[in-house]
Parts: sequence; structure tokens; C-alpha cells
Amino acid sequence: MKQELNTLEETVSGDYKYGFVTDIETDVIPRGLNEEVIRMLSEKKNEPSWMLDWRLKAYRHWLTMEEPKWPNVNYPEIDYQDISYYAAPKNKGKLKGLDEVDPELLRTFEKLGISLNEQKRLSGVAVDVVVDSISVATSFKKQLADIGIIFCSISEAIQKHPELVRKYMGSIVPATDNFFAALNSAVFTDGSFCYIPKGVRCPMELSTYFRINTGNSGQFERTLIIAEEGSYVSYLEGCTAPQRDENQLHAAVVELIAMRKAEIKYSTVQNWYPGDHNGKGGIYNFVTKRGLCLGDYSRISWTQVETGSAITWKYPSVILKGDHSVGEFYSVALTNHYQQADTGTKMIHLGKNTKSRIVAKGISAGYSQNSYRGLVRAGKNAAGARNYSQCDSLLLSDHCGAHTFPYIEVKNATSVVEHEATTSKIGEDQLFYCKQRGIDAETAVALIVNGFAKEVMNQLPMEFAIEAKKLLAVSLEGSVG
Amino acid sequence: MMNLSDFKDHFEQLQTENPESPIAQIRLEGFHAFDKAGLPTKRNEEWKYTDIGKLFNNEYRFVADISDSSLTSTDVDAIRLPGHLEANEIVFVNGRFMPVLSKFRSPQGQLTVLPLEDAARGIYKEMVREHLGCSSAYIKDGIHALNTSFINGGVFIYIPKEQELNHPLYIYHISDARQYNILSQPRSLIYIERNTKVQLVETFSTIGTSECFTNQVMEVVVHNNAVVEYYKIQNETANASQVSTTHIRQTGRSYVHAVTVTLNGGMIRNNMNVVMEAAGNEAHLFGLYILNGHTHLDNHTLVDNVKPNCFSNELYKGILDNETIGVFNGKIMVRPDAQKTNAYQTNKNILLSDDATINTKPQLEIFADDVKCSHGCTVGQLDENALFYLRARGIPKSDAQELLLKAFALDILDQIKPELLRGYIEQLITERLSVNKK
Repeated sequence: MKQELNTLEETVSGDYKYGFVTDIETDVIPRGLNEEVIRMLSEKKNEPSWMLDWRLKAYRHWLTMEEPKWPNVNYPEIDYQDISYYAAPKNKGKLKGLDEVDPELLRTFEKLGISLNEQKRLSGVAVDVVVDSISVATSFKKQLADIGIIFCSISEAIQKHPELVRKYMGSIVPATDNFFAALNSAVFTDGSFCYIPKGVRCPMELSTYFRINTGNSGQFERTLIIAEEGSYVSYLEGCTAPQRDENQLHAAVVELIAMRKAEIKYSTVQNWYPGDHNGKGGIYNFVTKRGLCLGDYSRISWTQVETGSAITWKYPSVILKGDHSVGEFYSVALTNHYQQADTGTKMIHLGKNTKSRIVAKGISAGYSQNSYRGLVRAGKNAAGARNYSQCDSLLLSDHCGAHTFPYIEVKNATSVVEHEATTSKIGEDQLFYCKQRGIDAETAVALIVNGFAKEVMNQLPMEFAIEAKKLLAVSLEGSVG
Repeated sequence: MMNLSDFKDHFEQLQTENPESPIAQIRLEGFHAFDKAGLPTKRNEEWKYTDIGKLFNNEYRFVADISDSSLTSTDVDAIRLPGHLEANEIVFVNGRFMPVLSKFRSPQGQLTVLPLEDAARGIYKEMVREHLGCSSAYIKDGIHALNTSFINGGVFIYIPKEQELNHPLYIYHISDARQYNILSQPRSLIYIERNTKVQLVETFSTIGTSECFTNQVMEVVVHNNAVVEYYKIQNETANASQVSTTHIRQTGRSYVHAVTVTLNGGMIRNNMNVVMEAAGNEAHLFGLYILNGHTHLDNHTLVDNVKPNCFSNELYKGILDNETIGVFNGKIMVRPDAQKTNAYQTNKNILLSDDATINTKPQLEIFADDVKCSHGCTVGQLDENALFYLRARGIPKSDAQELLLKAFALDILDQIKPELLRGYIEQLITERLSVNKK
């Protein structure tokens, strides 16, 4: 047992493999936050005046708000004046195609395993890459445009499709929604925008890759996806950051809108730098993600694999407004060393015969704390609402914690809501079985953990499933117990 | 409307009346805590679904205002529970222990019952000093502190070692609300020594139609090899609201079996805490609530596993009709040292009306790794197939529903071990379900 523990520890303590810093010239505005900074930011991006007004309004509201204290996480106070709110790779100018992208940057992505060229040729995945604050390249734009899909950075959308952005931005996550959403609304720099017209089935996976490169900068991206009637889109999001000693803030907002019979599938593999073995450094990942099933028979599905970040604080939610709409949430959250994760979902049933399903798997190792916090609410008019939730936690060390806080609120007599949760350590008999057959402890743990998380992994698109599986194994190196 | 200065006046009056009381210091600490916390609001996570503060919009009489109630033994007769002829009966009126109305059938060597103030002076003073108020570490809200600030006329119950109590202990909390709105705050400390067996039955009644608010705290200390059964029966009128706290400390390896049955009342909050302070403890907590009218019931349970090898099982079931509101908040804590903990928890609810609401929040907080913990909760309706099965055999729909609802309640009913009590509750449930019939 002791020995197993040691191997586990070794495996778990595997190093962060994405911790390089890319040496590219960046255009950074001085640290600090005030109206002047927001004006400067807006000006740099050449934004219309309504956008600036919107930002300023959000900023003024943010000033009146307090940082939330209720999540089950601990971190030193964040000094919002010590962050640079804009950092962009320099000499970006106007890019016509991938060929014009800074070669240094392209190498970064190659290191990350997403060579844009490669992507372009082989996988048929359209990628939008956001480094620090700016979207640097979007591939496959033309092919998508031919069938009417708009997929671009949000700054471009503000310039080219202001009517859409103006109509939908902030309609799901209002600028006043919460502390970090308000901050994001005031200072968001870039992100992705995606519009799928009526009846179009997006032929490829759309994907965004986020990377924080510059030190002392925060990343505040904003993603907006609109799926018109009868359309379908699958969207992937991946994140990494270099290894740094200080903590960095990432406060994103994601808004999804699905009209009648539309379907949005949103998958995330989050691997921000989690800090070192002693909990020094790492990303604070405070994200607001929300989807609205506006039309009848619409469907929104969130899938997330969370292995990174020093602190994760996010609750991808679905508001089931349309009758017969469906919301899904599949999550694997793995915490190691001193990581803290407080994550879960909200399913708000408003329409009739709406359905939701929650599968959350938490894996804690080292000294980490892993919490599931979820809300299922069936309103008075949500006749026939149906929910099934399952959250399981796996404990790999005796210093970590696993917590479950589900809230269930039902206000009518025709809804059926079920919730189930279990917590246990990794099965000794399972480990024994594997070892008896000549599989070493470390592989056995990876095997068992992958089996534990399989239900969620199966929901990921192929390209991501492989990466996520590897990530789990790497993050777990050395944690048998 | 009662405000802080009202409480302060009453508190100072109580303190000056008995400045020598050994409990004065505990009361003072309680009042400081109350002063700091104030009455809980819905912003307090533990009170998210229960707005207890609104009950204090009523003006209540404090016990100190009224001379001892004129209740007689005959008044008490009307509310005695079945089985009382064989029981030790402890009667509280308006939150004060009334020795005259109480009856003791166990011999002196098996059971000692004293006013709390006397116990705090005599040979039990160390026990009182050590254990009175230990629930404050767990419940830090103003309501609990309010009870502590006004400990007056409480009771101390002592079961010496090696005793199997043949006569159960019935505790009646009676509020005499015939003339005034009443705030009663009973307090009891029960000390159960090793190798004992005890049955505790607690019930609440209100006489009269004025508003009544009972804020009760019972602390129980259980030693090695003790077997404790505890039954709480709440079947009050709509003008009677209460916060009822039962805080059980299993300081020795022991067995606790608790059942809470709630059928009627205004706004009710139950805090059922079990703290496992020794290895190898076992606790079973059950709850049944069948509500109609406007009753608001909030069941909070806490099982705190401090030491290893403990087992706990929890099952709460409820049927909600009309405009009732049900809340279940079950917390299981597993401390870092509490390896090999097994803890289970289930909450099942049936909603019969679109105007009824259930908020349920099972909660696991685990800091050890070698544990097996699970919780589950469901909200739903009667099984359509079962209903169809019965109706296909000629049983009218309403009868079939009643039958199925009763079967749903039976799980908990079967956990009431004293026969007479079980029969009595079964009868109450049958009556209730036939009223609910549509």
C-alpha cells in the first residue's frame, strides 16, 4: 500500500507540459483598471460607441458589486489594479490567412499539438485561436461562409455584424449578472462569435484555442453562439497557459442561444496551468457559462474536462425555456496538488416537458478540494419536467476533499427529479485484480480512472476525447492510493 | 414586531432576577452570540428556504411576563400520548419544566430528573458545565443563541450506568396560548451513561388559538454501549410554529435510532444533529412528513463523523399537498481522521399539488479517503403502473392512491418500535391520507 502510494505520488506529480512561454512581441497596456483603460481598450479595437457605452455601464455596475465569497475555495485577495487588461501579439495588422501569422506563434501551437496547418489540412476542424487578449487566426472561414455560417472573433463580429452582436450579447448573461461577468463585460478583449443560420448543420467541429502568454495579464474572452431554427453546431474549446509563479485571472463569459429544434454541443478541455506542487502560481478560472433553450425542442449540451487551473469556479447552465427542450451537462473534474475546483451546473426548467441530465465525476488527489455544486429547479409551469443527476467522486489521497452541494427545487406536482451521489476511494479489489494480471499500479489507476470517467469522455468529439484521455493520465501520474 | 431592544430588556430582567444562577454566564455568552448574529434571514445559507424572521413580526409574551400557567393535570390528560400509563412523563409549560405535572415511574436509582439550575449547583454541576451549550459550536445562528440566552426552567435528565429504563421518557412541550402569543424556549440536557437503554419520546402541543412559537433545544450525551431510541412527534395546529433542535453527541461507542414524524403545524424547523465522537458509532435517522394546508417544514440533519469506523443511515420521506412547502437539508461531514466511514442518506418526496414546493439539498463534505458515502433524493409522483394495477382490479382511484401513499409511508412507520406509539401514528396517517383523497 505504502509503495503504491509512492508510485501514485510520483505519477501524480507529473509536470505541466504546456508551461512554455512564447517569445513574441506583445502590445500590453499598463496595469490597472479605470474608465480610461476601458476607453483605451475600446479605441484600440476601434469599437462603435454603443459597445463602449455597454462596457462603461458594466464597469460602473461592477464597482458596486462585491466579490462572491460563497464558493468552497480559498485564495488571497485579487488586486484588480495589478492586472493588465489588454495584451496582444504585436504587428498583427490585418491577416489574410494563416500564412501571415507570426511563425513564432505557429510554433507555440505546434507545441500544443494543434498545428494550424495540420488542422487545416487533416482534421477538418475550424479553429479560432485566442492568445492573451486577441484572436489571431481563424481557419476554414471561407468554407463556412459559403453555407452561411459566421465564425470569427467577437471583435470582428462587432465590426461586421453589429446587429447580431447587439441583439444577443448580454441577453443570456447580463452585464450585471455576477461580479466576474460584470468585470468581463467591461474589459473583454476578444473571443469567438458563431452564427448558424436556419436549417444549417455545421459540417465540421468549430474550435477555439485559448492561451494566456503574457505575464500579469488577465484573459477575458467572450463567446457568443447563436443557433437558428433547426441548425446544429458542435463547438470545442481548449485552454493552456505558461508556467508562472504569480496567479493569473481568467474570467470568461460564454453565451449560447438555441432556437426551435436547434442543437448546440459545447465541449471544453480546460488545462490552464494549475500551479506547482506546492500550490504556487496557477490560473484562477472564474467563468460564467450559460445557455438558453429558447425554442421548443431545442437542445444544449455542455461537456467539460477540467484538469487545470489553480482554482476553477464555473457552472455551465441551461435555461430550458422552450417546451420539450433538453439540457445536458457532462463533467469530469480532476484536481491534484493544491488545486481547488468548485464546479457544477444549473438546470432551470421553465417550459413544459423539458428534460435535463447531469453526469458529474470528480476525482481528487494530493491536497486538492473538489466540489460539485448544482441546482435543478422546476418552476410552477414546468409541467412534466424530468431530471436525472448523478455525481460521483473518487478519492485518491487522504489529504484531499470531495464535496457535493446539490440544490433541488420543485414547484409542481408533475415533475420527476432524481439525484444520486456517491463518494468512495479507488477500489482496492479493482487495483488488486489489475496488478495480479501484471499491470503496474500506475497504469491500473489510469485505467480505473478512465473507466470512472468514461461516461463523460464518450460525449466528447473524437479529437478531444483522445487529448482528454491523455490529460487525465498525465494529471494523475503517481497518484495510486 | 419584536426587535433587539425587546429581547435585551427581557434578557437583562432575567439576569437581574437570578444573578447568582450558575447558568447566568452561559446565558450571557448566548446573548452576545445572539446580539452578533441577529435573527436569521434568507441570506443565511442555512435558512435559505425558511424565512423564520417573519414569525417575529408577532408580539410574543416571554415566560417571565406571565405567572405560571393555570394548566392542570386534566388539561394535560387531553394531550397525553398512548403508552403514557407506563411512561415517565416530563411536562414543560411555556418552556418551563413543571415538576407538579410530571410523573416518574422509574425508581430513583434508574433515573434522575432535576431542574437545570439545581443540577448546575449540585453533584451534577461538572456534567452541566461541560455539556450544556455544546450544540452552539454547530449551530451558530441567532435562533439557537436566543434559546441559550433565555435558559430558564430547563431540565437535566440523568440515566446512571448499567440501567435499562423499562419506562420510556415522554417529554411534553405544552404552550398555553389561550390569552397571549407565547414564545416558549424549553431547554434540556440528557446525560446517558454507559450500558444503558433508553426510549425518549418528545411531542409538542398548543392550547388556545393565539400565535405560539416554540424554540426548543435538547442536548443528549450518549456513552459507551448505550442504546438510545428517540421519537419526535409534531402534530400541532397551524398557529403553532417551532424550531426544534436535537443535538446528540455519541461520546462512546453507542447506537442511536431517531424518528421524526411531522403531520401538522405552522412553520417548523427541525435541526437533527448527530456527532460521532467515538469510533464505531452507529446512528439511524428517519423522518416522515405528510403535510397539508399551509404548513412549512424544514428538516435539517447533520451527521458529523469525527472518528473512524462509524456507520450512519438516513431516510426521510414526505408527501406534500395543498400549499405546503417542504425543505430537506441533509449534511454528512467526514473529518480527516474518520476513515472507514460508511454514511448513507436518502430523501424521497411526493408532490400531490401544483402549489406545493419541495426544496431538497443533500450534502456531502468529505475530507478522508477511505470512505463509502452516498446520497440520493427523488421528487416525483405515484407510480402510474402500480396505480393502474390496482385500478385494473376494481379498486377506485382514490382508494388506490391512499393505499400507495400509505405504503410509501410504511418504511418509516415500521421504524417506530413501541407498538402503542406506532399504532397511534398509523391511525393519524390513515386519517390524514383519507382527508387528502381527491
